[in-house]
Amino acid sequence: MASAVAHEEVHEHTHYTTTGLDNRKVAIWAFIGSECMLFMSLISTYLVYKGKSIVGPFPHEAWTSPDGHVFKPILNIPVTTQSTFVLLMSSLVMVLALAAVENRGKPGYAGTLLGNSKLWLAATAALGATFLGYQAFEFTSFVHEGLTIHTNLFGSSFFTLTGFHGAHVTAGVLWLLTLLSIDIKRGLTPKDALLVDICALYWHFVDVVWIAIFTLVYLIK
Amino acid sequence: MATTAATPTFAPSTTYGQTGIWSWITTVDHKRIGALYLYTALFFFMFGGLEAGMIRWQLAQPNQHIVSAELYNQLFTMHGTTMIFLAVMPLSAAFFNFLIPLQIGARDVAFPRLNAFSYWIYVLGGIFMTLPIFFNSAPNGGWFGYAPLTTLPFASGLNIDFWVMGLQILGISSLAAAFNFITTIINMRAPGMTLMRMPVFTWMSFVVQFLLVLAFPVITIALVFLLFDRFFGTNFYEIAAGADPLLWQHLFWVFGHPEVYILILPAFGLVSEILPTFSRKPLFGYNVVIYSGMMIGFLGFGVWAHHMFAVGMGATADTVFALTTMLIGIPTGVKIFNWIATMWGGQIRFAAPMKFAIGLIALFTIGGISGVMHSSPPADLQQTDTYFVVAHFHYVLFGGSIMGIFGGIYFYFPKITGRYMSEKLGTWHFWSTFIAMNLTFFPMHFSGMLGMPRRIYTYDAGQGWDTFNLISSVGTLLLILATLIFVFNFLTSRKNGAVAPGDAWGAGTLEWSIPSPPPDYNFAEIPVVTSRYPLWDLKHPERTAGIAHSAPDPMTITDAHATPVHEETGHKTAAELGIPMPFNTVKPAIAALAIVMMFGGLLFMHTGKFAVAMTITIGSACLFVGTLYAWLTSPLE
Repeated sequence: MASAVAHEEVHEHTHYTTTGLDNRKVAIWAFIGSECMLFMSLISTYLVYKGKSIVGPFPHEAWTSPDGHVFKPILNIPVTTQSTFVLLMSSLVMVLALAAVENRGKPGYAGTLLGNSKLWLAATAALGATFLGYQAFEFTSFVHEGLTIHTNLFGSSFFTLTGFHGAHVTAGVLWLLTLLSIDIKRGLTPKDALLVDICALYWHFVDVVWIAIFTLVYLIK
Repeated sequence: MATTAATPTFAPSTTYGQTGIWSWITTVDHKRIGALYLYTALFFFMFGGLEAGMIRWQLAQPNQHIVSAELYNQLFTMHGTTMIFLAVMPLSAAFFNFLIPLQIGARDVAFPRLNAFSYWIYVLGGIFMTLPIFFNSAPNGGWFGYAPLTTLPFASGLNIDFWVMGLQILGISSLAAAFNFITTIINMRAPGMTLMRMPVFTWMSFVVQFLLVLAFPVITIALVFLLFDRFFGTNFYEIAAGADPLLWQHLFWVFGHPEVYILILPAFGLVSEILPTFSRKPLFGYNVVIYSGMMIGFLGFGVWAHHMFAVGMGATADTVFALTTMLIGIPTGVKIFNWIATMWGGQIRFAAPMKFAIGLIALFTIGGISGVMHSSPPADLQQTDTYFVVAHFHYVLFGGSIMGIFGGIYFYFPKITGRYMSEKLGTWHFWSTFIAMNLTFFPMHFSGMLGMPRRIYTYDAGQGWDTFNLISSVGTLLLILATLIFVFNFLTSRKNGAVAPGDAWGAGTLEWSIPSPPPDYNFAEIPVVTSRYPLWDLKHPERTAGIAHSAPDPMTITDAHATPVHEETGHKTAAELGIPMPFNTVKPAIAALAIVMMFGGLLFMHTGKFAVAMTITIGSACLFVGTLYAWLTSPLE
């Protein structure tokens, strides 16, 4: 009964739309379509420039500089596999966060771990932040190993591509923390599910982009 | 047609019960934002026209030095950039804003405040790009800014920085507007307004929004690379580091060619509204016009490399892009024939909008044909970078976009202001523009064929170019005078034009069912739509009889058609009718200012003031985020 009342309230406060979807949901899909082209341009450039760098370090091959300095292949796949796993898990807890908000008060959710939206939102943000920590570690170790954004085509295209992705993750973490603070302040109810829903769509998109980057940049030699 | 000089029901300046500059800065009403776009874009159109005037003055005779070579580079760069990004696109945006909600039966766009944000970004970005020309440091690398020529070693100075930052800023405006209009068209249609009942202008705008959403991110990334190369020493366009000299060209034209359709499709949409109205006949082959519009949008992403035939891509790539380019001529030609067939057998009224619409058909066809000539790589190799190309794209952009937009302004002026523009001056404007336009651009075909290169500062006598250049320059002078007739007509008609009724031209679509100018809430009662021309079904059922576009059950039409017409309720205010209206807010304008300052701050890096640059940029970023939070947490209405 309680959920039926809540459902009616939602309809009272939302405008009529042609598709029945909220405007914000349609807009976020258009936004994600646009972001696809953004990352496609970045990834294509990375691939076009793959193997075109004149000097090292290189992603998958060792390199000896004219002064006799030896550089190992720079990509550390085991470490990045860990950060990829962390980001994938963040999508899982994001799903749980949305389910917790959508089903607030329903049997199986009320008072259980599954219904603890604050926990899941915090976990998503924390996993996102952990991923960023891994990226910071990766970037600094690359710089120590002699690869900067100025070094070669690989450095320029690699740091720009992964940096753009990292910036998207950062924006997502800020978004999640904003939702968390709303949840702590007044509690997110099923009426607010859309707020979490569009954030989740964005978060999953950023995650999917990472899967593409991890495969194309790290795994394929 | 009303000719009395009585005051319209709603005086334009007080229509929305708001006056004063502050009400314009804080407005979120799509009609007022549309008017802001219209005025601002017309200003930039005039400015870009003056730049063209100076270019033609310099080229009128051989070996002239009216302006310096350096200023000349800035003039042709800013002429192209201004006309594309600051004049034609925003003029289209003026119509998107004003018309889309009215045509689909909505009270506003999906996100009114985001709409205001788009406008303020545009106007501030426009000022950002335009001001440097007064300090001799305007962008000077052509509107396509080919890297590596625009990288630091070849172009130090702030000129290119203004261009890179300016385009990034304008891109944000276009993207935000595109998300807004996609959502509006998908989600805000009145009951019964199915996709295949939407007016053609809304349809073409819909296609354009998808082009914007998919094409702008590509130029954004190309510009980010250039910006990083210039500011942070990356190697994207650094040939010594092994960079591909064609990377920029590919990225730019993947954006640049869809951009061409972004410029022309709204004009096609306007013409598709004007022709049926003044032929008193429904549009011929509505479905085909829509499908060919979609086809143009789709193929538009597969033809970009025809701008690059001269770089030597190899026979395979040349052949593929030649074929796709020839292919895209088909849906475009289909539209031309549909428009001609619309006029065929109609009771044509040659009012000013109709003259411009027919002008578009004639002139765009010439530009279209020379375009198909370019699609053949051997022919293109002769024409690349000559005045022949300049002639071609001015026939499609001036003869197409600008003629369509002028037609649209004459057509919708009564809806926007409640008064007609002078028909007599409109006729003068049309014929002088039509003649001057051909006088200016037709000789360029010949000077181009005789080998005159584009962007050339001056030339020696005796190469057979002198007469053609002189004719072009005289034509440009006439074109400027013709535009002054328009400006005079536009400004005086706002106060003194004949009063226009709601249905100013006897048209068939929803926007004409409400008063002119429309009340702030547009529709007192959201209409129920059962056909493509609801007003004609009501007033001229003979025109739409036998057209298979109406409700599946024709028996229901008669009752439902009564709903779109509610001029009688238009006199009440939103409060009296109990319609919630969005609050005015200054936050979108502040957010826009913060973004422009954020990019502007970076410029100080090139003058060696790193601390100043970071302070301004980071401070503006904080201002933006803060404003965004305040914006998103305050209620809309």
